[in-house]
Amino acid sequence: MSDPQESNNTQDWDPRAMLNNLSFLEKKIHQLQDLVHVIVRRRAQSTGQADEILVQQQQLMTADLTSIIVQLISTAGSLLPSVKQTLCPESSISQQFGVTNQTAGVSDNVVFQHNNSVNKLEDPSDMTGFFGAEQNCPIEDHEMKSDDDADEGENLPPGFKRDANLRMHMRGHGDEYKTPAALAKPHKESSSEPILIKRYSCPYIGCKRNKDHKKFQPLKTILCVKNHYKRTHCDKTYTCSRCNTKKFSVIADLKTHEKHCGRDKWLCSCGTTFSRKDKLFGHIALFQGHTPAIPVEESKGSAGPSNKVEQLEFKYKSDAPSGSSCRNVMDLERSGEDPISYFSPLNFETSGIDGFQEFPRPPFEDSESSFSFLLSGSCDYPPKNGRYTGSNDME
Amino acid sequence: MKKQLVPESSFSRFDLLSEEIVFIILDFLNENPLDKKSFSRVSRSFYAIESRHRKFLKPLRSEHLTKILNRYRYVSTLDLSMCPRITDASLGVISGRCKEMLRSINLSRSKFFSHVGLSNLVMNCGNLVEIDLSNATELKDSAAAAIAGAKNLERLCLARCKSITDIGIGCIAVGCRKLRFLSLKWCLGVGDLGVGLIAVKCKEIRSLDLSYLPITSKCLSQILQLQHLEDLVLEGCFGIDDDSLAALKLGCKSLETLDMSSCQNVSHVGLSSLNSLAGCLQQLNLSYGSRVDRALADSLRNLSMLHSVKLDGCQVTCSGLKAIGNWCVSLKELSLSKCMGVTDEGLSSVVTKHKDMKKLDITCCRKITHLSLANITNSCTSLVSLKMESCTSVSAEAFVLIGQRCQFLEELDVTDNEIDDDGLISISMCAQLSSLKLGICLNITDEGLIHIGKCCLKLKEIDLYRSAGITDSSILAIACGCPGLEMINIAYCEFISDRSLKSLSKCSKLNTLESRGCPLITSSGLAAIAVGCKQLFKLDIKKCRNVDDAGMIPLAHFSQNLKQINLSYSSVTDVGLLSLASISCLQSITILHLEGLTPSGLVAALLACGGLIKVKLHASFKSLLPPLLFEHLDARGCTFQWRAKTFQAELDPKCWKLQLADAE
Repeated sequence: MSDPQESNNTQDWDPRAMLNNLSFLEKKIHQLQDLVHVIVRRRAQSTGQADEILVQQQQLMTADLTSIIVQLISTAGSLLPSVKQTLCPESSISQQFGVTNQTAGVSDNVVFQHNNSVNKLEDPSDMTGFFGAEQNCPIEDHEMKSDDDADEGENLPPGFKRDANLRMHMRGHGDEYKTPAALAKPHKESSSEPILIKRYSCPYIGCKRNKDHKKFQPLKTILCVKNHYKRTHCDKTYTCSRCNTKKFSVIADLKTHEKHCGRDKWLCSCGTTFSRKDKLFGHIALFQGHTPAIPVEESKGSAGPSNKVEQLEFKYKSDAPSGSSCRNVMDLERSGEDPISYFSPLNFETSGIDGFQEFPRPPFEDSESSFSFLLSGSCDYPPKNGRYTGSNDME
Repeated sequence: MKKQLVPESSFSRFDLLSEEIVFIILDFLNENPLDKKSFSRVSRSFYAIESRHRKFLKPLRSEHLTKILNRYRYVSTLDLSMCPRITDASLGVISGRCKEMLRSINLSRSKFFSHVGLSNLVMNCGNLVEIDLSNATELKDSAAAAIAGAKNLERLCLARCKSITDIGIGCIAVGCRKLRFLSLKWCLGVGDLGVGLIAVKCKEIRSLDLSYLPITSKCLSQILQLQHLEDLVLEGCFGIDDDSLAALKLGCKSLETLDMSSCQNVSHVGLSSLNSLAGCLQQLNLSYGSRVDRALADSLRNLSMLHSVKLDGCQVTCSGLKAIGNWCVSLKELSLSKCMGVTDEGLSSVVTKHKDMKKLDITCCRKITHLSLANITNSCTSLVSLKMESCTSVSAEAFVLIGQRCQFLEELDVTDNEIDDDGLISISMCAQLSSLKLGICLNITDEGLIHIGKCCLKLKEIDLYRSAGITDSSILAIACGCPGLEMINIAYCEFISDRSLKSLSKCSKLNTLESRGCPLITSSGLAAIAVGCKQLFKLDIKKCRNVDDAGMIPLAHFSQNLKQINLSYSSVTDVGLLSLASISCLQSITILHLEGLTPSGLVAALLACGGLIKVKLHASFKSLLPPLLFEHLDARGCTFQWRAKTFQAELDPKCWKLQLADAE
């Protein structure tokens, strides 16, 4: 509703939309009034209230006021992106900085350019100049990752970053939220006029996501540009410390992978693993010549070879230096060698209890029959490579 | 044997016959498996020609596989159902000798092989079209993966392969793209995903048996998209419900036979979807399903090709039967066996409309009376098969109508009915009759049966179980009148003596003789049977107290096709049992309460009888036999069934029936 992209269009002025916006503002102001009334009444009743509530209420008011101001400005049709950025305290821009700074060390010039462009985000003219935003083209974005989605509206209640997640959550509140209409993307009435859509182009010449490409598929947000660039045009420097095969260039991808690494027990003859049986069968139905692979233990009858793989892997892991993101995994595995130092309370603090809960099983149990079958080909994986990545990108 | 061959070294007239002519002669030598054996002994060239002619082989022992496969090099079908022990090594021998010649192999009764042997077989025998792996409960997905190497496979039976999962079936689906016939009955590890993949990959499927699989609508919609599917069995699929059948609405133009027996979650709502199969569905089985009422019958009324319906064990209402009577088609086959609620009114309305009925099964419809039978015989005059066991309310006079009006009957089951001699005399007019079951018909006597023997010359099967009124003269008439007799049951007909057996010995095709509880039968009668009936494969002489070792010796000598024997309560001892061991076919013996049997004699017989698969023994022997023997027999593929029943004296047949009625 208050998205700068949508309200940026001043040429086609729609009086109905304006009326909508104004009634929304009116409602908001009434709500705020009520809140202030409550505060006034409370003060009259008892003066010795805890400060905490007061602080909370003040925060609430500030948020509401902010929302009103944003809405007002957007209605006026003279909104600058910078206004939104500065007004939203938990704007994703700060997160973006954090992540990009981390990668700055390993990334090359192009990524640096990226950083610049992120910094310049306050200046919309500069943005369009650099990335080349285009209008009214269908947007297709396969690069989006849930964590990185940038369009958050303040009209969402706290707790959900995206309104799709809210809709998913609301299903649990009753059947009326389960209808296709309720689950559909809400129609944004506030600005039903033709919307100016800002889209981004990848700076890599020849890429499908580059605006010069014949079948240009634009990217939706600046974060998408960043992640797309890293995924497709940069080295995959993050290696999973459990399987040592999967590599990623975006750390969030690594984390996602680590959550289910080792649990992919459904295996195709092509070597692809799946966490779910139906996914494997979907894959096999789709491709000619692929067949389900039989777990090694069943066909060979002994766990001999798979154990060997396991030991190799184990040894390698204990050699590798610690890395912050995968620490919880490694700590568990190292515990076999030096339990005291790695299970110290200090270590718990750094790695986080949550991390441990994600890996409740001992490392040996993880590698089930099918999984070790996959690994048997990769047991001679150079440990040097792993150590390199371990030390480099996680500090 | 060599001695026999040597003398005709110079010239044999038989050598003038061309190989083609001898092949044609051999094509007709199918009745007795031993015939071809004697044929090949005629001359050296006959021996060679017979070796080249044989395409089908059913070996008795896996030990001799190498030898026989060396001799018969053109064998394309190998039935190993007589070999309980087939190891990977045996499969290695088969795959090494048969190579590309082998097209079909039956391993349904064999154990002790693994995926290694199967893999070897499939690699070497690239032309395999048919594999029967039923009952291989130990085989896992790795075996299924081995089968998947048989690229030309068209028929595969995996019934009761309980350890195979979706993964294994997935391998088969990808590997065996030419599959036409697939049975996955009782493969409890296979679900929607495996079956769905079969439907996606094996487009040639004609026949699919998915009985008792935990499948749901997910895969059913995929199965129904198979272009050539003709026969679908969904017996006992509890995951199939009305919603699943909605997939039928998309249409399946080829389905001819649908079996949904014991699908308890299917009602008339789902069955109304069958209307989209109207152009093709011919046979429908809804046994042990939901209630057959008006709604259900109406939902099926537009199936214009339907000619066979089975509703066994269903609750049936009168209005439901009336609605079936109003269907636009004329049914040829209807089964209402063990249906509750079949009344004269309902049944009459069905049979008066479906006048083309060929087969009718109204077993245990206890409410129907004379009236129904009058209507059946009146309108369905072309009946070929009528089964009406235990229709106890039908009076004796009604059976006269059967013979008067249904002259084309070939199969009649009137077990446990009030039928009397007048009925039998009437039925003797059915000259085509080949199977007649008269068990527990206490009103019949020799008079009626003599008529049957005189007139029903085509009789192959007669069941006189506990029809106590008959004597030797009945059997004499039947044995003389029906030379093609294959099966006879004279159990508990106490007046039957050796005279009957001696007359039956003229029926050279007799393969099954059940004469339980006939105290007058002695060894000499049995000897006559052994000499005359070479094809005998099932013999039950339980409680024939006067049969002893003297009867066993001719049996061992002449009945080389004997597979199954019951000797309980007879006077056979160690000697008789040991002599039976020379019958190489013998697979199953029941030897309860043999007074003359000692543990050591039993051990000797069991060791000598190499083909045994099943032994029924009294539990008291369990501790008397050495444990090593059990291990040995187990390794040979033989299983024991222990019974601990105490000795039972025989009851008078009338008294027995009264007791039965009390129990009900």
